Amino acid sequence: MSASATAPSSAFEAHAIRITDLDKWYGDFHVLKHINLTVAKGERIVVCGPSGSGKSTLIRCVNRLEMHQKGTIVVNGTELTDNLKNIDQVRSNVGMVFQHFNLFPHLTVLDNCTLAPIWVRKQPKAQAEQLAMQYLERVRIADQAHKYPGQLSGGQQQRVAIARALCMTPSIMLFDEPTSALDPEMVKEVLDTMIMLAREGMTMLCVTHEMGFARAVADRVIFMDQGEIVEENTPDAFFDAPKNERSRQFLSQILDR
Amino acid sequence: MAAIGWLRIHLFSSALNSILTILIVAVLAWVLPGIFSWLIWDAVWGPQQPAACEAARGEGACWSVVWAKIRFMMFGTYPFGEQWRSGATIFVLTGLIVVSAIRWFWNRWLIAIWMVGIALSFWLMGGGLGLTPVKAEQWGGLPVTLILAIFGIGFAFPLGILLALGRRSQLPVIQAFSVIYIEAIRGVPLITVLFMASVMFALFMPEGMRIEQLLRAQIAIVLFIAAYMAEAVRGGLQAVPRGQYEAAEALGLSYWRAMGLIILPQALKISIPPIVNIFISVFKDTSLVVIIGIYDFAYAVKKSVETDIAWRNYIVEAFLFSILIYWIYCFAMSKYSQWLEGQLARGERR
Repeated sequence: MSASATAPSSAFEAHAIRITDLDKWYGDFHVLKHINLTVAKGERIVVCGPSGSGKSTLIRCVNRLEMHQKGTIVVNGTELTDNLKNIDQVRSNVGMVFQHFNLFPHLTVLDNCTLAPIWVRKQPKAQAEQLAMQYLERVRIADQAHKYPGQLSGGQQQRVAIARALCMTPSIMLFDEPTSALDPEMVKEVLDTMIMLAREGMTMLCVTHEMGFARAVADRVIFMDQGEIVEENTPDAFFDAPKNERSRQFLSQILDR
Repeated sequence: MAAIGWLRIHLFSSALNSILTILIVAVLAWVLPGIFSWLIWDAVWGPQQPAACEAARGEGACWSVVWAKIRFMMFGTYPFGEQWRSGATIFVLTGLIVVSAIRWFWNRWLIAIWMVGIALSFWLMGGGLGLTPVKAEQWGGLPVTLILAIFGIGFAFPLGILLALGRRSQLPVIQAFSVIYIEAIRGVPLITVLFMASVMFALFMPEGMRIEQLLRAQIAIVLFIAAYMAEAVRGGLQAVPRGQYEAAEALGLSYWRAMGLIILPQALKISIPPIVNIFISVFKDTSLVVIIGIYDFAYAVKKSVETDIAWRNYIVEAFLFSILIYWIYCFAMSKYSQWLEGQLARGERR
């Protein structure tokens, strides 16, 4: 792990995400403790850990849905501060997929996908729609383009959410427990889509407990507990022979289910 | 046969139910014929002399008072020869509501249409550019009510949205201003706001700069409704799930884009019932402007019969007529809001 603590943010940035000495509090509660994490371009990282361990908070800091109090986060060479311009720049290059999809219920699937390209990227409508159809095709849901989110199943909605994020042609994708609100039979279609993305070389930071997914695509697994990164390992080593006692405990719990 | 089955289920399902049904039918049979014969069958219709009404007194209503006084009721003291302009204004303003209700116009065009509507109304009423000037003190009747209500609603709506957003703002100054404004206005009766507008503006305005009484009332009404509108919209804003805000932010949408494209469309849909409720009550509350000397529709109706000895006994009929006009506008708004809720819910049902 390369925590280059003092490297200034420069035009040339080899890392997609560089988090240095990050601390975050909710009031008195120390939710993230001294986090150091570097994600190289094209790297796929799975973050797991018990609930309340701060893993969602961590990835939500990367597009500043959460504010951090100490340390630095540099995304594609842009440091996240109170500077709104920087935040918008980062956000339009970082796609996010949420646990509860968060599709816009009053817009059709197609409009969900074209909204940000049209209003943020200033793409002409026809071009945005063409691009959207292309991505909807890739997540195999183009035939539902003119339906409203409420008419789709959970798995379909999550695939639309992935397509919506992709329409901004992000260089990094954040996944916040993308399959944990889904019925079991729909998990696979979403994971397959994510695996496809990973194979195409997308930089990914995924909060998930899906071991199969982690083994198939992750370069590294990060295990968090009580706001700290406890273990960092290759997926096979992590799942087969965890180094840390807390990792072992956690794994035995999720494997028991 | 189906009818008998229906009756059995709904009206005679038990002994108590049967007794209540019979009782209510009996009361209606006793009361309704009297009401209907007074309102319709024994009433005096058409352009008749007061003597005809005198003859039917106590037996039937005198609708001839409406025929005799219709122009005063509708247009108040507006110059008689120019009253076609008042009539045209009623059409323009009613047309403005109808156009605003059509979803197809819900875009930038609506602002242009409103500007044209406002300009046209004030040109028709006030004159100039080829029309004889008519001072605002002479305006009266239904056009005045429509101007106060429609422009009141039209300007208070965006202002209320801004106040609602302001109340939820992260910026302390804007939030404090919105809260203080909303709570201050909601804490006082409309009548006092009208009084204040009538008296205070005159105190604060520099010498020689006089605002028409009607404009003062209009501003007071806009400021008043905006506070209520803000709270109705805030209810909707709070009902939009947090995930919607986050998804909009994560896509890089700016605050105003996120609000305009994602949050407000959902929030306003949720707020339709309380918003229309405010519209309806405002439409009727405009009649309070009479206390600062403005001749609105309700007051014109009252004056039209009070000032004529021959017809002054038929004030009840005159008021029933004004009730009918108010009811038509308010009922239309109510029905429209129900239809709109159904339309907006279509397709996106979960």
